[in-house]
Amino acid sequence: MAKIELRAVRKIFDSTEILKGIDLAIEDGEFIALIGPSGCGKSTLLRVIAGLEPQTSGEVRIGDASANGVRPSARNLAMVFQSYALYPHLTVFDNIAVPLRMRRHSALARTPLLGRLLPGRAGTERGIRAEVERVAAQLELSSLLRRKPGQLSGGQRQRVAVGRAIVRQPLGFLFDEPLSNLDAKLRVHMRTELAQLHRQLNATFVYVTHDQAEAMTMSSRIAVMIEGHIVQVGTPTEVYENPQDIRVAEFVGSPKINAMPGVIREDGGIEILGRPLGLSTSAPTGHCSVCVRPERMELGAGPNAISGAAISGTVVHLEHLGSEAFVHVKVDRIDLPLLARLNPDRQLPAIGSSIHLTYSANAARIFDAAGQRIEVAALLRSGRVQEQAVG
Amino acid sequence: MADTLTANALPSERRPAAITPARAQGVSCARPALAMVAPAFMLMCLLLLGPLLGVIALSFTDYQLGSPTFSWIGLENYREMLADRVFWISLRNTLTYVAIVVPAAVALGLGVALLIESGSSYRAWYRTIYFLPVMATLIAMSIVWEFMLHPQFGLVNGLLHGFGLEGYSWLQDRRTALYALCVIGIWQALGFNMVLFLAGLVSIPRQLYDAAEIDGAHGGWARFRLVTWPMLGPTTVFVVVITGIRSFQVFDTVHVLTKGGPSKSSEVLIHTMYVEGFEFFRSGYGAALTVVFLTFVLLLTLVKSALANRGVHYA
Repeated sequence: MAKIELRAVRKIFDSTEILKGIDLAIEDGEFIALIGPSGCGKSTLLRVIAGLEPQTSGEVRIGDASANGVRPSARNLAMVFQSYALYPHLTVFDNIAVPLRMRRHSALARTPLLGRLLPGRAGTERGIRAEVERVAAQLELSSLLRRKPGQLSGGQRQRVAVGRAIVRQPLGFLFDEPLSNLDAKLRVHMRTELAQLHRQLNATFVYVTHDQAEAMTMSSRIAVMIEGHIVQVGTPTEVYENPQDIRVAEFVGSPKINAMPGVIREDGGIEILGRPLGLSTSAPTGHCSVCVRPERMELGAGPNAISGAAISGTVVHLEHLGSEAFVHVKVDRIDLPLLARLNPDRQLPAIGSSIHLTYSANAARIFDAAGQRIEVAALLRSGRVQEQAVG
Repeated sequence: MADTLTANALPSERRPAAITPARAQGVSCARPALAMVAPAFMLMCLLLLGPLLGVIALSFTDYQLGSPTFSWIGLENYREMLADRVFWISLRNTLTYVAIVVPAAVALGLGVALLIESGSSYRAWYRTIYFLPVMATLIAMSIVWEFMLHPQFGLVNGLLHGFGLEGYSWLQDRRTALYALCVIGIWQALGFNMVLFLAGLVSIPRQLYDAAEIDGAHGGWARFRLVTWPMLGPTTVFVVVITGIRSFQVFDTVHVLTKGGPSKSSEVLIHTMYVEGFEFFRSGYGAALTVVFLTFVLLLTLVKSALANRGVHYA
């Protein structure tokens, strides 16, 4: 087990800069998820860590040694691929045994017929057999060892790929969207299995995904990558509750966070559509975005007592998902409809009806015109400014 | 005839389409099913099975091309054939030719494909160069080879002289004639095999190479053993069978360059068949030779389908 450190890693493909200076320290035994929209460079970053792709500049450190110029297998990291990348001509047993055989047998011992005559080969092979069988038992693959990958289901192939990764007892595991080829039900199940595996092995996991549910449920920290930068690193709660950048706020959370155009007045007060929000900031005047998660939006009631930030609009669409319901409300001078998440036991408004949306001031996250988070304080009615905990 | 058999060896055309639905849904479905199979079945009868049966029937007669009558002579043609020294020489030469051309053309085709695939520049250029012999008319190319192998002013002997070696009369010497034809055969088959292998190489998923790299297969040979060669399995079977069938059919170069000589040293089956059938007009005997030839081609096809069923193809 080891920590993995990235220092100012850049990667340029034919004049296109994919990674624009990545600094990241992954602690020993940590489960970190790299998430971001497709094309943000997260898979490239994983390949750079694995050594499959050399970085243009910067340093990758594994353990306490620099891994620059070290071959992928010598880095002692295991990787699980999106397509599993199992060798289709080998049985499950042989697939899991490949990394051990590659390491423990000489090139001569791996020759088809001649190799068997070599002294000492049988002993090594017995050791390999024992280890493969132990891993197979751990992953409940024992009954499938004689099968070929083509005869397995998606979930079973996934487990074989994981088996091939853990059998070599690597310093760390790299996962490249390993669940995206599975159907929705199996994906949820494998999420639990992988999280349990992490607890069992206590190894460093780097997990690339575009599915934020996977990142939120499994990882101890999330690194959000956007356009070649790591924009924010933090625990799932931190990233969800306190996004430091509007792109993080919009990427994390489904459905997307509601963004409303706001203005910072000269006295520091913030207003939306001409109504004061009850928040003030020391940031310079100008446009800003006021973002509120759908579950913090409330319907129907009159203007909120504290903020007075009621918005009126028309219901344009309803989504009833069983455990929750979403109301889409179109508001004048805001492009996209705003979303409110409701409990399904509540009476849903009719489509086309007029409605008020309210939210408490501490649910609002404010970002400046460049997309950076702005520190705000609540403006109480008495005129006192009360410090708001903003992290 | 052999070409149609070759096409028939492709896996996609081997399934009997009508059997399962007819059995599953009773007789009422059998009629439309038969109607739909009929066009293909008729064409196969007309172009493949009919002529084949005709040839087999002909091989039991003493028919001569142009003669108004013939009589059934049973296995007499086969008896004559087995007693004929020329037949055995021709069979041995054909098998020697196949045994040399198939491994060499397959190995070299794979080698060239791997080199082109691993190189980064001029790929299209190299592909074209190696594919040219396939597109060229073999008869014309044979004449070019004749000049290259000419004992006095040929390019090959000229080069040998340049290195201070003695030249040969390649095509006129009974020790070298067959092997010279083998070289031309390899040259001709190489490009086609290369294209098939290139297609096979392109379809290998890149992630398998990444996985092999992480699992510790450095170096070209380890990667080739772990990923490339097994993944090319289906392609290789196909290439070997196609090259085998085409090598059995060798005729153009033999006819243009040596006519089976000198003293039958480069006589091959199809050439014997041609001489017997169209120079001596002994159609019955020629048909018997054709049946022997067909047996070999059929054997190769059976080997291929056996391998295909044994799961050389991966799911």
